Amino acid sequence: MITFLQNYGGQLLLKTWQHLYISAFSLFLGVIVAVPIGILLTRAKPIANTVMAIASMLQTIPAMALLALMIPFFGIGAIPAIVALFIYSLLPILRNTYLGMKDVEPALIDAAKGMGLTNWQSIIKVEVPMAAPVIMAGIRLSATYVIAWAALASYIGAGGLGDFIFNGLNLYRTDLILGGSIPVIILALIVDWLLGKLEAAVTPKTTQS
Amino acid sequence: MFLTMEHLNKTYPGGKVAVEDFNLEIEKGEFVCFIGTSGSGKTTTMRMINRMLSQTSGTIKLNGEDISQIDPVKLRRQIGYVIQNIGLMPHMTIRDNITLVPRLLKWSQDKMNERAKEMIKLVELPEDYLDRYPSQLSGGQQQRIGVVRALAANQDLVLMDEPFGALDPITREALQDLVKDLQERLGKTFVFVTHDMDEALKLSTRIVVMDGGDIIQVDTPDGILRHPANEFVENLIGKDRLIQARPSITTVGQVMLKNPIATTPGKSLTVALRQMHDKRVDSLLVTDEAGILKGVIGIEDVDYNFNSATSVGDIMKRDIFYVQSSSLIRDTVERILKRGLKNIPVVDENHRLVGIVTRATLVDIVYDALWGDEDEDEASNNIHHGEDDAPAEGGEQ
Repeated sequence: MITFLQNYGGQLLLKTWQHLYISAFSLFLGVIVAVPIGILLTRAKPIANTVMAIASMLQTIPAMALLALMIPFFGIGAIPAIVALFIYSLLPILRNTYLGMKDVEPALIDAAKGMGLTNWQSIIKVEVPMAAPVIMAGIRLSATYVIAWAALASYIGAGGLGDFIFNGLNLYRTDLILGGSIPVIILALIVDWLLGKLEAAVTPKTTQS
Repeated sequence: MFLTMEHLNKTYPGGKVAVEDFNLEIEKGEFVCFIGTSGSGKTTTMRMINRMLSQTSGTIKLNGEDISQIDPVKLRRQIGYVIQNIGLMPHMTIRDNITLVPRLLKWSQDKMNERAKEMIKLVELPEDYLDRYPSQLSGGQQQRIGVVRALAANQDLVLMDEPFGALDPITREALQDLVKDLQERLGKTFVFVTHDMDEALKLSTRIVVMDGGDIIQVDTPDGILRHPANEFVENLIGKDRLIQARPSITTVGQVMLKNPIATTPGKSLTVALRQMHDKRVDSLLVTDEAGILKGVIGIEDVDYNFNSATSVGDIMKRDIFYVQSSSLIRDTVERILKRGLKNIPVVDENHRLVGIVTRATLVDIVYDALWGDEDEDEASNNIHHGEDDAPAEGGEQ
């Protein structure tokens, strides 16, 4: 363990940073695309099922294949990896956003509309705050997926902790495999914990402190 | 006219007719209840007023302005809206809930704070509740806030859709008193949807009875009780309530004993005495040949004056109490009880004697009010009982 850190310490930091960078960027894109689409779908229910089906279908493409599919479009490196992981992050966020919004008590939406909130005000002031915990749960789930799958991104030259793992596999070096896997796990746990804090922060208060 | 609804029709896609040719005019300060079974179109009609639903045809005018020409968001901000599920925003404090519409209207913070305090005082809740969240209040307290939230932006018209349906009876009654008070004190106009006839009778200035999208009857609570338009309305009111309401809506003519024992002023005392004896009564009403009530003689008058007077006309008391057959039992009961009268003659509008109300009649009324016609057998027993009693009642005359 100590020798591993001595030999690969600097590399480990770099790879962890790359890993985090790829994951965070994909997740960020996923959030800014999937949350608004999820919200819009509640206003366009007829097409909601179609959109959900497409998102589910994208999810079923094997991760390895999706990464490989990106090469003709984006070449190799971080960009195709980010695009691929972004596509993976969409479904959990989209589905939770849509369901969270749809499950907001109809009486609240009716009251909001009846009192004269515009559609937009109803979304911002009532529906999104009420759906926030469910939306956040989707984001946390996506974050875990993305961090785990980012390890595969090394396969198309994106770098990240996957480099250790693939090297370990090629060289039959268990220490390298573990040296790549364990940081991925730790990273996923830390990010999930941080997002949990964020979830608590965005969940609206409903009782006095 | 404050609110006018003309030839409103609402047909849902698929051809289901929810409301058909609905016409109603509501004046400022009225409390109008829409009552009917589910599917009667009462909620649909109400929701057309703030454009939560749009009519298939027909017009609604608020203060003379066609509401289809008003921006729906603007319109809704000037109409209060209270729903059965309360609909307080769980993530907003009571203060923010109350001032939701004022905030949309961009009132100043000071003015909103002022209004929040004013509103919570109106519903008699402590001011520190303003900083609480809805989940910290009981259902009844929450709906109190729901009610004042609908008034916070000085809305003149308040729509309520079965607002108290989910509350326990005691809380419900307190809230009914509250809204009735708001209507009377602040002159707000209420359109109130309910399926509870007690509630409608208690609150309304006018009741609109609906069934299958049609208006069946529009009348005051008294009018509905007194003249239900048809069997549907009667059923909606319920037998119990009709019986209970009887003392306050029945007329004297409906309960009086017909064919009271009467004589004429020209008769001699001997004849009068014989008539009393034959009919087992202690007094006789006196009418002229045309049946106009003139007075009364009692057995004590006959006894006292038997030797000095000759005709009924000489000794009858002319100054007597009587009631119109069209007047309400309620008032008559009071008069009989207050004056300690044994009976009151009943006259028609031409002052002709048509009947008599005795203390035994009052017994019947009280008896009916308490037990009603519980079942057919008992009901027919009551009638026999009444007939058997007739001579005895006469006997008190």
